[in-house]
Amino acid sequence: METILRASSIIKYFKEPEPFQVLNNVDFEVRKGEFLSIVGKSGCGKSTLLYILSTMDTDYSGRLEIKNEALTGQKQNALAAFRNAHLGFVFQFHYLLPEFSVLKNVMLPALKLGKFSKAEIEEKALAKLRLVGMDLHATKMASRLSGGQQQRVAIARALINDPDIIMGDEPTGNLDKTNSQRVFEIFKQLSVENGQTIITVTHDPDFAQRSDRVIEMQDGQIIRA
Amino acid sequence: MNWKLAINIALTHLFTKRKQTLVAMMGVMFGISMFITMISFMTGVNQWMEDVAMDGTPHVRIFNPMQVKEERIIDAVYAGSNNWQVVAHQKPGNDLPKIRNAALLAKELEALPEVQGVAPQLATQAFFNNGPIKISGSISGIDVRKQQALFNLQSKVEDGSLDDLLTASNSILLGRGLARKLNAVVGNRVSITTPEGATILLKVVGTFSYGISTFDDTKAFATISTVQKILQKDPSYVTDLHIKLKDYRQSKAFAQKLQPRFSVYAEDWEAANASLLAGDVIRNMMTGIISFTLLLVAGFGIYNIMNMNIMNKMKDIAILKATGFEGGDIVGIFLLQSVIIGIIGGLLGLLLGYGCCCLLRVTPFPAGEFWRMNTLPVNFDGRFYAAGMLFGFVTTLLAGYFPSKRAAKIDPVKIIRG
Repeated sequence: METILRASSIIKYFKEPEPFQVLNNVDFEVRKGEFLSIVGKSGCGKSTLLYILSTMDTDYSGRLEIKNEALTGQKQNALAAFRNAHLGFVFQFHYLLPEFSVLKNVMLPALKLGKFSKAEIEEKALAKLRLVGMDLHATKMASRLSGGQQQRVAIARALINDPDIIMGDEPTGNLDKTNSQRVFEIFKQLSVENGQTIITVTHDPDFAQRSDRVIEMQDGQIIRA
Repeated sequence: MNWKLAINIALTHLFTKRKQTLVAMMGVMFGISMFITMISFMTGVNQWMEDVAMDGTPHVRIFNPMQVKEERIIDAVYAGSNNWQVVAHQKPGNDLPKIRNAALLAKELEALPEVQGVAPQLATQAFFNNGPIKISGSISGIDVRKQQALFNLQSKVEDGSLDDLLTASNSILLGRGLARKLNAVVGNRVSITTPEGATILLKVVGTFSYGISTFDDTKAFATISTVQKILQKDPSYVTDLHIKLKDYRQSKAFAQKLQPRFSVYAEDWEAANASLLAGDVIRNMMTGIISFTLLLVAGFGIYNIMNMNIMNKMKDIAILKATGFEGGDIVGIFLLQSVIIGIIGGLLGLLLGYGCCCLLRVTPFPAGEFWRMNTLPVNFDGRFYAAGMLFGFVTTLLAGYFPSKRAAKIDPVKIIRG
């Protein structure tokens, strides 16, 4: 299996409120199609690591490569374009745009990418919503959905541009058992059927246990890979 | 950068947060309308003051100043002597205050390119008799047609008519305050005593008011020939030439040019109204400061509202960036919102400002005896509206640009994780 993501000697400091080293020389690789969970106690730096991997945090030292492309040191706009085309992200607190409909929320990244016509994008968005079981809510405003429903829409949005890697920051963090189960099933399906790579940070031992590989972190270092 | 998508997102933001959009537009609207109202009113007052002063005053006045002459006869007699010659308390000579060859001079002056017209006058002191009481004042003999054409005297006439001065012989037009003191109305006859001691009865054909009480309480108009008759002078006897220029701001330079060329004494408008001019300069300065302050306050208000708008949307900006929107997209989306708010709010502001000006214009203002004014003066000048609109547009543009630029620059993680 080919390596899709390579992180080497990642070091990050928090300067506020006082200098503190969050990540201490983190090295690891992720293979294509892998379903990876990162676990660890609060404050061990796992979310910080994930945001660095997602290119949304550029304030670190070390080297990050995704799809053999060095992303460290690239400009904000180039990173945004890269995220748009190759990465999908699911946050802990759903984070849909409340002013837009469910369908529009899912469509926006694809409209930005501009690879397909509007009608094609709409069709694709509906397909992604169907995948997460939210196609019947497509015309509703995003702010009208429950937490679990919003999280599923957020996953559909992360999938819209068929990204190589889908990242989740505790995607089941505030979902009940049933909804957590559903989210896991969707991720599993994406990894197995589409060969998409999944990297999630989670507190849920059950969720981590059932993924392909678990990385455990402590005090800014990987203690079990 | 995808403008169609940016417009789509900007409009969705504006339409879903209707209350917020409305408040922002109202902020722009009030800022601009207040600016327009204030500056129109203030410049209206300034303009009105200037008009009042200019209506009653010729731009350049040519007259014989009747003062003690600089050259003394004794100097001519003892020319070349080394002695000091002292004349104690020298008196002026017995000259007439008449302008020589006034008709010819007026014709020559009217031919000059700067001059709009010349109106000859014959001014004299006089006592107006009301029973035993003598009221001192002055009578100006005027060329009615020219005075009307150049100084629009008819607009100052309150009762009666200016033309009756021409048709009725021995007629007089009294200042409003003077008429009241004399207890005279149109059709009455008033008795006048000249400085030479002659008394004559004149028929009142009307009253006028310039809105300046020192003027209205002492002045009267009659035809030149009537005043010549009162003074028992010949028909060429004229004491003043009142010149109206095409541009009154050139009056000083013109008067200075005139003196050596025609060897006459020419007094310009600025010299005659030095205090008024100083007041004008100060008022203009105040207008500038106040309008600058108004714009500054309005600008900060607009900036604050737009800034708040964008700060409230920080989370959304982070999401957009996380899902692949570039800095330029973010700036575009919020700049569009600002511009839409700026244009609609600005146009509403122009309308409201115009409405306020119209209301001020018809607001009755009893100014009392001193000023002749019924409603507040307002200056309707298109340039103020253009300036207001331009200002509103530029401010909202800047107020949208800087915060969104800042938001576009930071890592999305800083917003998402706090």
